[in-house]
Amino acid sequence: MTFRVVGRSVRRLDVVEKVTGRARYVTDMELPGMLHAKLLRSPHAHARIRRMSVEAARGYPGVHAVVTSGDLAWCDPYFGPALRDRPILAIDVARYEGEPVAAVVADTEEAAAEALTLIEVDYEELPAVTTLAEALAPDAPLVHTAPPLAGHFADLSTLKSRPGTNVCHQFHFERGRGTAALAEADLVLDETYTFPRVQHYSIEPHAAVAAWDEHGGLTVWASTQNPYSVRAELAKMFRAPLAAIRIVVPYLGGGFGGKTYAKLEPIVGALARIVGRPVRLALTAEEAFRTVRRCDARVRVRLGLRRDGLLLAAACEGDFDVGAYADIGPRIIQKGTYTATGPYRVPHVVLHSQAVYTNTTPGGAFRGFGVPQLAWAFESLLDEAATRLDLDPVDLRRQNLLAHGEEYAPGDTPIDGKFEESLNRAAEAIRWTQVAAAGRGRGVAMMMKASIGPTVSEAVVRLHADASVTVLSSTVEMGQGAHTVMAQIAAEVLAVSIDRVRVAAPDTAVTPYDQTTSSSRSTTMMGRAVQDAAEDVRAQLLRVAEAALHVPVRQLGLDDGAVVAEDGRRLSYEDVLKERFGMGGGELIGRGIVAPGRSAAPLGGSTPFWEMAAGAAEISLDEETGAITVEDYVSVADVGRRINPQQCEGQDEGAVLQGLGHTLFEEMLYDGGQLLNANLVDYRVPRAADVPAALQCHFIENGDGAGPFGAKGMGEGSLIPVSPAVGNALRRLAGVRLRELPLTPERVWRALRARDQKESTPP
Amino acid sequence: MSDTHTPSSCSLACTVNGRAVALEVPAHALLIDVLRERLDLKGAKRSCDMQVCGACTVLVDGAPVSSCTYLAVEAEGAEILTVEGLSHGDTLDPLQEAFIEHGAVQCGFCTSGMLMSARALLAEDPVPTRERVAHHLRGNLCRCTGYSKVIDAIVACGRRPEARA
Repeated sequence: MTFRVVGRSVRRLDVVEKVTGRARYVTDMELPGMLHAKLLRSPHAHARIRRMSVEAARGYPGVHAVVTSGDLAWCDPYFGPALRDRPILAIDVARYEGEPVAAVVADTEEAAAEALTLIEVDYEELPAVTTLAEALAPDAPLVHTAPPLAGHFADLSTLKSRPGTNVCHQFHFERGRGTAALAEADLVLDETYTFPRVQHYSIEPHAAVAAWDEHGGLTVWASTQNPYSVRAELAKMFRAPLAAIRIVVPYLGGGFGGKTYAKLEPIVGALARIVGRPVRLALTAEEAFRTVRRCDARVRVRLGLRRDGLLLAAACEGDFDVGAYADIGPRIIQKGTYTATGPYRVPHVVLHSQAVYTNTTPGGAFRGFGVPQLAWAFESLLDEAATRLDLDPVDLRRQNLLAHGEEYAPGDTPIDGKFEESLNRAAEAIRWTQVAAAGRGRGVAMMMKASIGPTVSEAVVRLHADASVTVLSSTVEMGQGAHTVMAQIAAEVLAVSIDRVRVAAPDTAVTPYDQTTSSSRSTTMMGRAVQDAAEDVRAQLLRVAEAALHVPVRQLGLDDGAVVAEDGRRLSYEDVLKERFGMGGGELIGRGIVAPGRSAAPLGGSTPFWEMAAGAAEISLDEETGAITVEDYVSVADVGRRINPQQCEGQDEGAVLQGLGHTLFEEMLYDGGQLLNANLVDYRVPRAADVPAALQCHFIENGDGAGPFGAKGMGEGSLIPVSPAVGNALRRLAGVRLRELPLTPERVWRALRARDQKESTPP
Repeated sequence: MSDTHTPSSCSLACTVNGRAVALEVPAHALLIDVLRERLDLKGAKRSCDMQVCGACTVLVDGAPVSSCTYLAVEAEGAEILTVEGLSHGDTLDPLQEAFIEHGAVQCGFCTSGMLMSARALLAEDPVPTRERVAHHLRGNLCRCTGYSKVIDAIVACGRRPEARA
């Protein structure tokens, strides 16, 4: 099959705006009469709010309102997608350092910030838990004492909390004979790995602007990845019909999961209602650190193998720290744990995980959604097993890989790609079978991730009288290039050039329902909805042309903006529309709905596709300092087909660098309940000089994806193998196995020293 | 508003993107706020607020500065170039063209600052090596692209004769 637009690196639809500084983000918005908000945040990890004194702040020049939870009795102040456990502003108790306790609305940000300093809060400090160990200890202080209110996800309707503890949800999955099968293994390894708290640091911190209209309708311009979830939350909180809540999403300055689900929208909505004017709230980067982060985790894996490397049994126990509010944490532990054993055939498994509250910044979605935490543990341990069995780590993986079409779990989608091809490509590109140069070590790792099911994406495609096209979709353009991909799909089906296609910005009053822009799902799910909507328009074009040309539909096709008959006659779209409407106006509207419903799969719905990737690293090491340099990195993603090759490369190059961040540098550090490094000086993210000298991104394209034209989701997967690939390379190079991320020079140096002391100690 | 809260103001005369500008600004006003709020030049973005991320980078007399921590009054008499001044009408600067061609743009929030930093580098070293570019970009963070395509774009632009100053 040949394509005209699909498979080509067409230029991004938004790129000229973005290189000229004309692209507008929420933070750039100005509305007539708009006021500015700032938030006062708790300085304590856990504290009762005895009294707040706000009079002085109310009297500060330029201040329109000072708001505390007591001023929000008119709405339902709780929100959260899984559990409605998070108040707009702390009610009686603040549960983490940085939790908003009061808000000021003023003429300027400066006045609002000044007035904040005049608010006096009398706190009574409470015992806090800021690590998993503290939170899970017997008799640990409880972060939440009241029973949680259920959120709106059906698959979480049976939330399994452990009353009287800090565990807000548990997930369990078993296959075969479980741990009993470990006894039959020749080798059993039992190790525990930890994954740090990581900050998304989207360069654009969260921002939102809200305005109410005279009919009780609320519009929020928001930096969110899922406008429809936010709409549902606000409708519930403000007791308004869904139709009265409008969420508009301009370009996002990065998301990475940190802008999923309601964040600032509830507070700006409430403040705008109170002051009766539009209100803008734009966080600083420091505040973003106190808004959401990746869940840190502690993962114990027991793995049993036969002497020849065949995997027999695995038991994984994951504790995920979801911070002070659950956000989407319960789903993260399910998704991450479900594929804990990666892309391998393991007959007997027991997987168990729990989401644990602590008095820290809420943990939420972050590229990989729980899978990086588990893959770090499992892929490291798998390599350790290869070492212990004296087997090649690539061979050991290869002999256990799931095959194309094989079932992973009963009721779920069969494996829809070729893991072996990815592994072979990674091994070949890193020159696996050749001896590494002196001072260099290599490691590999793989990953498999489920996307979301059940799920819904709807799209509308409008063909205008001049043969130009508007795509209405609520997929958010956050940098990943989704709008360009949607335009390519519509242009391909309708046989028009891509510069005739426009993609509307998400606006719940205009663009149809989409569940979320996350989980690498947009190309597959929204892509199919756009494809179906365009096919609908195509069918309408053909029906009109059939009547006009007196040629049956099966003898008609589309080519370059015209319906063409087998006999060579052409009818331009303009003429088709004139034929249809009897005038030079009107438009053809196509509709696409992709909605795989519930299934018997363990997570409540079958994954629409499996995201699959492999990674291989070659590193060098400064033994004096413990500093690792990733010299060469190969990422391989099985993407079915690339709709836009350059954008796919961009996704995976970005994913690898982001993966190097939590592998080598990134960790939010707490001392007691105080976040120590909530800024970009003390929190180190990858820079341009950290790009490996040789960075290759490869793609497996067999056209076997569930998305349009055989494509499928990508963009998260390539981040996930980075940590275990680097850790495995370090093990092979220096003989040390680190089980804690990030692999900082200090940690590596200590491990090297321990190794040397062990070697010099006589037995 | 009482007088005690009115900050002292200063006059600022400078050139912004080739246009003479004369404004009264508070003495403590930051350049980024004057550009964004007073001149409606919103290409420079605020992110880290501490001279690390580079999203707010503009050129003052040809030198890249973090406008988020630069007092506007310090630009008195200076020539300021922002991303909005890079292109000439609908004609893009070769650097902008290179960013487009090499796919160096994703979310775009760092892009203005990247372009201005790169412009300063190319003025100093018209044909920089990859290493030089990577080193030069230490003050410009990008969380989307992984930098490779940004570096590609700047190196390629340096090799285009028409791009050289």
